[in-house]
This record gives sequence, C-alpha cells and structure tokens, in this order.
Amino acid sequence: MSVLLQVHEVTKRFGGLQALTQVSFDLPEGQILGLIGPNGAGKTTLFNTINGVYKPDGGRITFRGQDVTGKKPYYLAKMGMARTHQIVRPLNDLTVRENVMVGACFGHENRPLHEARAIADEVLAFVGLDARADQLAGSLNIAQKKRLEMARALAARPHLLLLDEVLAGLNPAEIDGMVQTILKIRDQGVTILMIEHVMKAIMNVSDRIIVLDYGQLIAEGTPQEIASNQRVIEAYLGDPRMAEQLMEEQV
Amino acid sequence: MKQWLHPGFWITFVIVLALGLAPIVTQNASIREVMFTILLAISMAVSLNIILGYTGYVSFGHVVFFGLGGYLGMYLIDSWKASLPLAVLGGGAIAALLALALGASILRLRGAYFALATIGINEAARTFVANFEPFGGPTGIELHFSVYRDYGGPAQALWIAYYAVVGITLFAIVFSYLIKTSKFGLGLMSIREDEDAAEVMGIVTPRAKTLAFVFSAVLPGMLGVLFFFKNGNVEPGDAFRLHFSIETLVMIMLGGQGTLLGPVLGALGYQRLRGLLLTSDVKIGTLPLKDFQLVISGILLLIIVLFIPAGLVGWLRRRFAPLRRVLA
Repeated sequence: MSVLLQVHEVTKRFGGLQALTQVSFDLPEGQILGLIGPNGAGKTTLFNTINGVYKPDGGRITFRGQDVTGKKPYYLAKMGMARTHQIVRPLNDLTVRENVMVGACFGHENRPLHEARAIADEVLAFVGLDARADQLAGSLNIAQKKRLEMARALAARPHLLLLDEVLAGLNPAEIDGMVQTILKIRDQGVTILMIEHVMKAIMNVSDRIIVLDYGQLIAEGTPQEIASNQRVIEAYLGDPRMAEQLMEEQV
Repeated sequence: MKQWLHPGFWITFVIVLALGLAPIVTQNASIREVMFTILLAISMAVSLNIILGYTGYVSFGHVVFFGLGGYLGMYLIDSWKASLPLAVLGGGAIAALLALALGASILRLRGAYFALATIGINEAARTFVANFEPFGGPTGIELHFSVYRDYGGPAQALWIAYYAVVGITLFAIVFSYLIKTSKFGLGLMSIREDEDAAEVMGIVTPRAKTLAFVFSAVLPGMLGVLFFFKNGNVEPGDAFRLHFSIETLVMIMLGGQGTLLGPVLGALGYQRLRGLLLTSDVKIGTLPLKDFQLVISGILLLIIVLFIPAGLVGWLRRRFAPLRRVLA
C-alpha cells in the first residue's frame, strides 16, 4: 500500500508557543488514522499545517508523492485534499446545495456548474441532507451544519479527507449515524485523518491512532495498543480502567 | 442556459430598457439629461456591486476608475484626435489595468483596511492627475468645440453619448447576471461568506478577487469618458469626487447588495430623491433643503445599515420566500 500523506518532522511556533515539535507520521492510502490528544495539544494546528492554512516553521509535508510544504490551501484542495472545520463554517447566505456545489466546482475535480449540481444532490442524499437542499445554510442546526461540512468536503471527491471533530456536539443517535457515514466513505476508497474526542467512536473506526500532547507525538499504534499505552493513559485517557472499558465496548 | 429564463433577469432588463428608451421615444432633451444621470448611476452601482455585493469587498474609492478612465478618454480625444468609441475603450482599458495592479496589492487587505486603501488610491490619483502636465494639471482638459463636429454638432453628440450609456447599462445588467449565475460568481459569493473556508474548498482567492475587481472597474472607466465627453471638460476635482463613490454605495445598500435588481432600484430611487431635493423650494429654518442632499444620503445609509442591511430587494427575498423565484 502506498503512502498518501507523509508528515516529516513538522514544527510550528506561534511567537513563544511551541505548537508542534517535530511531528512525523505516515498515512497509507485507504486507512482511517485517528488523531487524539488533550485540548490544546496542537491537533487542529497540525490540520491547519497539513492543508496549508499555516506554513510550518520546519519539516516537510508530502502529499501524493509531491512536496507540498507551505503550499496554499487551494493548491492542496485542487490536489485532492478536503477538510471539515471543528467550528463549522457554512456559507450562510448560500443555499445548502450551493455550499456543496462549491466543493465540487473548485475542489479536486474542478467540475462545471451543472455537473456540480448533480454531484451536490448525490452527496446531500448520502449525508441525509437532501430535504434541506434549497434552504439557506445559515438556517441549519448544528448537527446539520456538521453534515454540510462533510458534504462539502466529499463533493470534491478527495483522495484525503481531514475530519476535525465531526462528532462533537452530536447526540448518541447522531454519532452512530455519522460513524456509519465515515465508514461508508472509507469503503469508497477515501483515506481519512480524523481528530476526535468521542473515544468510543474513534477506537471503533480507526485503523491506527496517533496521540499528540503539548505539540509532540507521544504514541502511535492500533487502537488496542493506544488504549493500553502508559503515556497515553497519563496524558489523555486518565483512568486505566476507562481505557479497558473502552476496549470492551468495542463491537 | 436555463438561467436566462429567470424572470428576475428579465424584470431588471426591461426596467432598464424602458428607462433608456423613454427619452428616445419622446425625443425630449430634458428627459434625456435626467435619464443620462440615472443610467450612469445604475451602471456604476451595478458595476460596484460585483466587488461589493458578490465578493464582499467595500471599495470606497471606486470613483477612481471613473475619473481615471474619463481623463484618459478626454486626453485621447483632445491630443490624439481619437474617435469616441476608441476613447471609451481606452478608458475601460486603463481602469482595468489599474484594478489589475491594485488587485495584486491591496486585495490582500480585508474589511475596513481595504476600504481605507481604496480611499487612499482615489486621493493619490487625484493629486497625481492635478500635477500631471499631459492631463492639463490642475485646470484639466477642455475639449475644443470643433471636436463635436465629427458627430454632427454638439446637440447630436449628446444623443450619441446617451445611446452609448444606454448600451453600456444594458450590457452591465447582462454582464452582472452572467457573473452572478456562473461558477466564477459562486466562487465570489463563497469569498464573501467566508474567505478562509473558500480557500480551503479550492477557490484561488487572489485570482478570483482580482478578476472581480477588474470586472467592476471596466465599465466605470468607460462611463467616465462618456460623462466628460458630454460635459466638454474634466478637472481633477470633478473626476475624483469621493462623495460620488459614497452615493453609489448608498444606492447599492438601498436596493440590496449582491442582487441584480437591487442596485438598479437603489440607483433609480436615490437619483429621483436627489432630483427632488435639489429642485425643491422647501426651507429648513432659513436654509434651503437642497443644501441637505448629502446629509440626507448619510442618514439614509445609517438607517439602511441599522434596520435593513440586506436592502430592499434582499429584504423582500428574505421576507417572502416565493419572491426568490421572481427577483434575482
């Protein structure tokens, strides 16, 4: 299996704050890689550095065999990287369908408007928002806005999907729905890197997990390895019994 | 091509066409003068709406394109004996070039900083032209009477300038609608809603913004040539009047930014109001009401921003959902 995304010793500082320190990992094609860690560990900063919102202060990022370090977000989008935002960013005054069309029009596949419309309708049905297509995006509730973020990213037909806490703020039924959606996306051959705090969900869907703490990568492995890793338990999971519980709850 | 079946386009187009034809049908020169001013305002507002309404960037000093275009056109006619169509194209071209150069530099700025920068550009252009000898320095350029002879005399030349403004205004409507319903337009509106999200979704924002700025500058550059050709002279103070910019903003806000019909209705309404104020005999105390024209436009802007930020057409579209099918 070829490596889709390679992050090599990436470092990012904000003034005196060391947000990321020499973070390295590989993401093989077709996998779901979970990214966990305490609040402020640098997870979203890592996303922003990977997709070009921030320029790294050091290190190298390779996407689809090409060095993309410091490239602009739109460049990476055109190469087939799509993402959702932790704090949803709907284009409020456009309709839900138009929001999704933006993804199809300007993303990886660069579709003309009429094709984008068809893709948008298809993706909206996939994430279960088809009934809302003609509503203004600003009028959706939070769970629907999260689905919209997802739909917009999917409409680009990306190679790599970065999901930033798509489960946060959802109720258990909504989480189950979203997890099923994520697995379906993976089955379509999309590689996924996801940040998540809902431990049960991330332990279930991830092929591998990496853990950030104070901007450093402190562990990497399968969900089982991570749940029993002493450093991870200390830094993030807290109670060792909780880790065991998490593993037992796995289906 | 089903977007051309949208009634919103045709309503707007027919309104402008009816306004444009009124003086031609009646052959009345005073109606023509009124309509010239109204159509000029409409096409300025429709052009500015491309960067302001679609893209979300407030260009305060947009009159710089009008002024500079007008100046170059007058210079071409006066010194190079250029024909009017050629001068008009020249005016559009210089405005487009300036917008292209500015786009690369000041469109990096966001929000209020961009608005301030555009004011600065306008003031800089005025100072530059006032000291630029080929453009006549502080006294400007005055056309020799004989220039109009090629167009069948001054009376006929005024009609020709009017036909040209009608044509440009109709073109502005088609052009604006074309942008609004295109993929490019969808990109602009994404930038307006959330520029960072737009970048992440793959919109090459520097290119899209610059192109939008160029598109919003071309027609003002052409209109400047026609306006000053009709006037017969151009001076720095006339060409770069900042309050003309601000009035255009008020028109767009009044009618509804980001809509096709809004700037048309806004310009029409504002110019009618301005005409009424300027010709009224009413006095406030000892001061005639007509001195308060700009005060009233200022208050109007304040009221719109506070209570109906979407403008008339935007408010109607939001309040009455079925109207979305009719109003563009």
